Amino acid sequence: MACIEARGLRKAFGKTIAVDGVDLRVEEGRILGLIGPNGAGKTTALNAILGLTPYKGELKVLGRDPWTERDQLMRDVCFIADVAVLPRWVRVSQALDYVAGVHPRFDRAKAEGFLAKTTIRRASKVRELSKGMVAQLHLALVMAIDAKLLVLDEPTLGLDILYRKQFYDSLLNDYFDRSRTILVTTHQVEEIQHVLTDLMFIDRGRIVLNCSMEEFESRYLEVMVNPEHVAAARALKPMQERQVFGRSILLFDLMPDLMPDLMPDLMPARVDRQQLAALGEVRTASIADLFVAVVGNPGGGSEGAAR
Amino acid sequence: MTTPTNAMPESLDSRGIAPTAMSATRPMYWSVRRELWENRSIYIAPLAAGIVYMLGFLISLIWLPHSMREVAAHHPAPQLVELAMPYGHAEWLLLVTGVLIATFYSLDALHGERRDRSILFWKSLPVSDLTTVLSKVTIPLMVLPLLAFAITVCVQLIMLLESSVVLIFHGVSPATTWAHFPVFQNWLVLLYGLVAIALWHAPIYGWLLLVSGWARRATFLWAVLPLFAIGVLEKIAFNTSHFASMVKYRLMGFAPKAFDFQGHTKPTIDSLSQLTPGRYLSSLGLWLGLAFAAAFLAAAVRLRRYRGPL
Repeated sequence: MACIEARGLRKAFGKTIAVDGVDLRVEEGRILGLIGPNGAGKTTALNAILGLTPYKGELKVLGRDPWTERDQLMRDVCFIADVAVLPRWVRVSQALDYVAGVHPRFDRAKAEGFLAKTTIRRASKVRELSKGMVAQLHLALVMAIDAKLLVLDEPTLGLDILYRKQFYDSLLNDYFDRSRTILVTTHQVEEIQHVLTDLMFIDRGRIVLNCSMEEFESRYLEVMVNPEHVAAARALKPMQERQVFGRSILLFDLMPDLMPDLMPDLMPARVDRQQLAALGEVRTASIADLFVAVVGNPGGGSEGAAR
Repeated sequence: MTTPTNAMPESLDSRGIAPTAMSATRPMYWSVRRELWENRSIYIAPLAAGIVYMLGFLISLIWLPHSMREVAAHHPAPQLVELAMPYGHAEWLLLVTGVLIATFYSLDALHGERRDRSILFWKSLPVSDLTTVLSKVTIPLMVLPLLAFAITVCVQLIMLLESSVVLIFHGVSPATTWAHFPVFQNWLVLLYGLVAIALWHAPIYGWLLLVSGWARRATFLWAVLPLFAIGVLEKIAFNTSHFASMVKYRLMGFAPKAFDFQGHTKPTIDSLSQLTPGRYLSSLGLWLGLAFAAAFLAAAVRLRRYRGPL
């Protein structure tokens, strides 16, 4: 059974279409990064998955309908929303008591263990904690829950780099165990590149890219082109070109014919790694650069490829 | 406040209980405790009212021996009223405090969690909207009346002890005070009255909770102004005031149903025969009110599913 399965998922706010017919299948044990510009529909899609918003289309999370079965679903699903949502009046000890009281899969000893590694005191109120400490507390609560799906919406927003690194490290080392599924959205793309197993770009309510990280690494390559080969490299129709310290860096899609929504007559021929290696220094593209290439241009990949 | 889950040994948590072993009332119990953590005014305000009242009473004790000697010469009837008066006032003070707290609590209950965005945290836990709304309505319907009762009993007990000590100190026997203040009967009347009022007011709290879950801001105005508008409209259009008297009936109508004042000019209760639970329980107003309360609460439960942060 897939962890999340959506077919034709739609959500509109008045005339604004936030999610426009998304098909989605997330298998168990994956760490999926959902990347998109502001207002692309990420949070709306996540809210539908978490049963926080009604939607049109088919959606099953762990075999349940999130909108009508939110409370049962939340036994197996955890989420950290894009803003600090722990109530400011709650004491750390009360938060532990409450979650232990209502959640059948909460392991209090485990949460206490995580908190022991921080400087958070049990008697403190959330309002007295720093932003980073609140995130640590929330993560400690969530990681102590034996859930099947963890949804993180901008979990590290506003945290400094030390907290951000620590956050993903503990998530990978102390939480993820291949039977759980994690769905994460963030703008700090480069920080989670090594964490993800799958990647999805969403733009204007549609999925514009969906691949595993293995696929990503073999398919998208960046070449720092030697100055004498620039013209030859451009002829191979890169997705994007940028200049860094006077050197041209070209981003190539090795399988452009797999790009969705591409007009057949615009389709560039496939390029291979050897071809590119002859032109300059080849390396794996970064998610951020691919994101700019795919989403940054109006019309998505097609225009970039057609240039 | 003592629910059966209260007795559940805490060690169950740490041993990692099976998901199915969690009793259905546990989330309810913890949700009510959560309300008390967040809204400490629920118990601090009645306690403060009780303490302030006792302080005033303590000071008034300076004059007590004098007035006791004065009234000893007179008839016992006025004496009784005079002696019982401060105790009755304590009941009224706690009652009014409780109703005020209940009103403002209910107006904020489903609004505060949206305002501070913590609704996203509460909704991330396996607690249904039904449990959440029921735990919130428990506060005005059960917790506050019981607290008001408990604190009144404590305040009256301390007042009785204090006045007895003062009287003995001045060589006056406190027997008169004790004899004319039927402690247990009074408490029974108080408990009955608090429960009768809370149930009668249930639709009001249901309405306030619904508005607090619905309105984006100014919950008080949204709760009150529409009622005003209907009343004014009716007055202008038909020159009648059925709606206004309906509202008044909902606010005060419990008194003639639950008690028989037997022609007293003041609403005083001297004997248990003045309690009329049969008439109260068989009054249409009570059950109609409870039906409305249930409808408002059902709407609030349904609404909360759609609600996110403001």
